[in-house]
Amino acid sequence: MIKHYAEDDLLPLSGIQHLAYCERQWALIHVENQWVENLRTAEGRNLHQRADNPFFAETRGVVKTIRSVPLVSKTLGLYGVADVIELQKAPDESTGVKYSIVEYKRGRPKLDDKDEVQLCAQAVCLEEMLEITLDYGYLYYGETKHRQRVEFNNSLRTRVKKLAERMHELFAKGETPPPVKDKRCKNCSLSDICVPKLAKANKKVDKYLSSVIGEMRNE
Amino acid sequence: MRRLLNVLYVTNPESYLAKDGENLVVRVQDKEVFRTPIHYLEGIVTFGYMGASPALLGMCIEKGVAVSFLTRSGRHQATLHGIPKGNVLLRRKQYRLADSEEDSAKLASMFVIGKLANCRTVLRRFMSDYGAKVQIEEVDLVCKLMAQNVIRLSNEPSLDKVRGIEGESARKYFSVFDNLITCQKPEFYMRGRNRRPPLDNVNALLSFLYSLLLHETRAALQTVGLDPYVGFLHRDRPGRAGLALDLMEEFRPYMADRLALSLINRRQVTGDGFIQKESGGVIMKDTVRKVVIDAWQKRKREEITHPFLEEKIPVGLLPYAQALLLARHLRGDIDGYPPFVWK
Repeated sequence: MIKHYAEDDLLPLSGIQHLAYCERQWALIHVENQWVENLRTAEGRNLHQRADNPFFAETRGVVKTIRSVPLVSKTLGLYGVADVIELQKAPDESTGVKYSIVEYKRGRPKLDDKDEVQLCAQAVCLEEMLEITLDYGYLYYGETKHRQRVEFNNSLRTRVKKLAERMHELFAKGETPPPVKDKRCKNCSLSDICVPKLAKANKKVDKYLSSVIGEMRNE
Repeated sequence: MRRLLNVLYVTNPESYLAKDGENLVVRVQDKEVFRTPIHYLEGIVTFGYMGASPALLGMCIEKGVAVSFLTRSGRHQATLHGIPKGNVLLRRKQYRLADSEEDSAKLASMFVIGKLANCRTVLRRFMSDYGAKVQIEEVDLVCKLMAQNVIRLSNEPSLDKVRGIEGESARKYFSVFDNLITCQKPEFYMRGRNRRPPLDNVNALLSFLYSLLLHETRAALQTVGLDPYVGFLHRDRPGRAGLALDLMEEFRPYMADRLALSLINRRQVTGDGFIQKESGGVIMKDTVRKVVIDAWQKRKREEITHPFLEEKIPVGLLPYAQALLLARHLRGDIDGYPPFVWK
């Protein structure tokens, strides 16, 4: 049986990209409410401000574009907002409306799958809400000014489901996973708060204190 | 470590703060006297009555710039900041530890270890720099006492013991503090610490520096999501920022006492900058206050290698670094709180 989350238990969909990147980053933002804006995140916010106008809709030819569309999935237990959804009417009106979902990103395509995961989670929401099926969506990257098509295949859908489950598991525990110091930290806007160095510092406090006190004993 | 941003201190009581685009503008009698982009600031501290436009306050909230209102004598009245950072789970952990005598004692002794170790270093540095001029024996005895007390604190004493050791050490430390004042003797002397009100020039100077420091530790704790009002060493008292006072202990000697001494010994402040009121209480003139704030700002930009993180940071980020380490300890990332110890 598929689990259905209650409204109170829903978590922000935007967190899935953080979780996919680093569990600690997700926990710092969503469990500890720490958020630090840097140049990258500020630019991202600006980009979204333009894309995010819920009262803006335009029709070009057969494509109608709507923005800032509220989304929810009771099976994933996530809620959020889609940047852009495009509705395309078939010319002969026989096959109904075709939906595609577009997510705007500031930078360029990433090496990891966090953008794909976020887009797919949004697609699952839309599928549930409209009782439709989406085969693919698009990621638009500000730096390359290009759209990238993302297939919502089974492996991506399974990954989204697993991440959503993990997110609820971590949130219920209310714990922040320990730091992992690796190359991801270099591009992380939260590294100042995370202090990835502490990954190796766990046993250092005792040593540090005994060096302070040891010096006093020699008086 | 994050970047050190500026704290703007507004000492002219005629100043009005306004917003112009993304800038903060200071006006005195409708004339612009200062302007800065808001993103250069992390805090604004104002002394005495002054106005600030709602638009400016709104921008400060949005950009995470805390605005503190102090009386002219430096007593904290209010701070405006946005939605609290950090979460209720962290604060609950803080409250649980604060409710436990044993856990409180452990943390309290760390803050006091930091304080005493740094007091000792202040005295030792002074002895090696000014050897012939200071009464070595007396100062040396207090150094030894500080070391003994640090060792006593490391043997897990009760909370009452920690407080007792702290009180005794502070008295002894200030009993030799006068030896460290090598200039302007008639105007500047230390015959014990007093604060409500300060009864001499040195105490007035120290009180003012401590109020600057308290502002910084309170802001640092708030930034990492801790509740500045619930302390471990300092008992709860309405209106008292107990944890900010706790965290401040380890910085007092290093950041405030040394600065006070160098301001006096280098004659950057002089006796005529202080006024003794009829009641005996001493007040600092605005001119001295400005000199002290300038020296404070300069001091904050100097760099130091953090003894635990082993990373070079500006002195001004020390309260933030320690608040962060405390929060990380409460969250379970590190198994203890490493106090800042200056060597």
